[in-house]
Amino acid sequence: MSPDIMPEAQLAPAMTEPGNKTDRAHSRARAVRRRRIVVAVSRVLLLVAVLGLWELLSRAEVIDPFNFSMPSKIWDQIWTWVTHGTALGSLGEQIWYTLYEALLGWVVGVVAGVVFGIALGRITLLADVLGPYIKVLNSIPRIVLAPIFVIWFGLGPASKVASAVVLVFFPVFFNAFQGAREVDRNLVANARILGASDRRVTLQVVIPSATSWIFTSLHVSFGFALIGAIVGEYIGATKGIGLLVAQSQGTFNAAGVYAAMVILAVVALLAEGLLTFAERRIFRWKPASSDS
Amino acid sequence: MSADTSPAIELRGASKTFRTPSGGLHTAVRGLDLTVGRGEFVAVVGPTGCGKSTTLTLVSGLEEPSEGEVLVVGEPVRGVGEKVGFVFQQDATFPWRTVLANVMAGPRFRGVPKAEAKRNAREWLARVGLAAFEDRYPHQLSGGQRKRVALAATFVNDPEILLMDEPFSALDVQTRALMSDELLELWEGTGASVVFVTHDLEESIALADKVVVMTAGPATVKQIFDIDLPRPRKVESVRLEPRFIEIYREIWESLGEEVRITRERGAAHVA
Repeated sequence: MSPDIMPEAQLAPAMTEPGNKTDRAHSRARAVRRRRIVVAVSRVLLLVAVLGLWELLSRAEVIDPFNFSMPSKIWDQIWTWVTHGTALGSLGEQIWYTLYEALLGWVVGVVAGVVFGIALGRITLLADVLGPYIKVLNSIPRIVLAPIFVIWFGLGPASKVASAVVLVFFPVFFNAFQGAREVDRNLVANARILGASDRRVTLQVVIPSATSWIFTSLHVSFGFALIGAIVGEYIGATKGIGLLVAQSQGTFNAAGVYAAMVILAVVALLAEGLLTFAERRIFRWKPASSDS
Repeated sequence: MSADTSPAIELRGASKTFRTPSGGLHTAVRGLDLTVGRGEFVAVVGPTGCGKSTTLTLVSGLEEPSEGEVLVVGEPVRGVGEKVGFVFQQDATFPWRTVLANVMAGPRFRGVPKAEAKRNAREWLARVGLAAFEDRYPHQLSGGQRKRVALAATFVNDPEILLMDEPFSALDVQTRALMSDELLELWEGTGASVVFVTHDLEESIALADKVVVMTAGPATVKQIFDIDLPRPRKVESVRLEPRFIEIYREIWESLGEEVRITRERGAAHVA
């Protein structure tokens, strides 16, 4: 990681210089290190304080422990799910089910969004014809489609995939569209002069230029895919974390709802990490802000 | 056939009118007649924003003339032709391609097999002194190096017609002189016909066989000057020769007037 290297990089030129300058470089490096420790410790303390306060207030019954539960119970709930499985089967299976629906919906939504976005961005006629309809579709609060999808596609994964797709499609579409529209005209002109056909311009100039736009939307849209899958499961399903939430709610098990939320957060963070990793590999050509 | 004897570029009464965003019409070029012979280096000078660049886009086929005719090697221009190379004012290297892949782009677009494209690209990179940089990305290069990549990427297609739109205007003065010398060296090996647009009179005299002075917009040819300085030239030293200064004075008399007109118009706009 570059932040770890930085103090040394600052140190190196100063080291060759005599006397007190080296001392100053040392103390500066120490200050940087100290600051990093302070940040890390404060973060942990903040978490401990919030969780501790919650636990304390709940045990002292200042807040209703039945409604608000408490961290220790939530942990117990997660532990029970991990060791003994949930009422629906093993926890891993529920996570996998939800993840599978979200991923499938995400991939389909992203592919459709990128293809339509680039196509409409490149072909003005298509954009002029379809533009108003896409605006209308976008203005529908798409989450209300989830119940319809359950009616159409049943309680299986298909209905969840469908709600994830409609949630993912629009942000990806609009970003891809914008990305295709904002391509540097010089680059397109240059490619045409160099002999590129329209197809090549699209594949080798427009799509690479639009990737940074598209990637921005990928981060957000994976969250949307999870929402789609969870809401779908919440409304009607046979497996999945959303169903776990619905069941916990049905039995007034607040700890269960929180526990499901924690699991979801972990899943979402892992997915985000993978995406960032992929982005770094793809955008090697970009000047990194920390790179010198 | 006439194709063998016809000049490299011929504009006959070419005009170009654009629709402005506010709905009005803007005439960039009007009734332009210009002939560029084979292997000739022509510099086009004129006041800023007079429509010099439009002339190049007409020759390149990126834009069609509203009126008149544009011929390249005796044939009317229809769309972007194979014979044309274009070096742009702004950076037009593909930022997601390495230096080598950038130079390979042209041949690959034109269907040259990969191995051959790579060999040609390496050869041109060596000629512009960037052989050691082939794996870099454009953002890792200096402005001058990026321009060299653009030159290599253009020359690798072996263009008969080379169009250059203020290619060095974004570079610092020293790099600029260096690049001009390199351009002359590269060009002398190819026999291409060049149209070099600039607003820098010194640069145009140092490089060209013929300097075309354009009028304040809408652009049309005002006067053409032959530059009889001997080749090969070195940009830095040729500017100190008495003949150079003589030519400079002569052309400036013509160009200065147009610059003044443009400036007065600008002032009228502000007022």
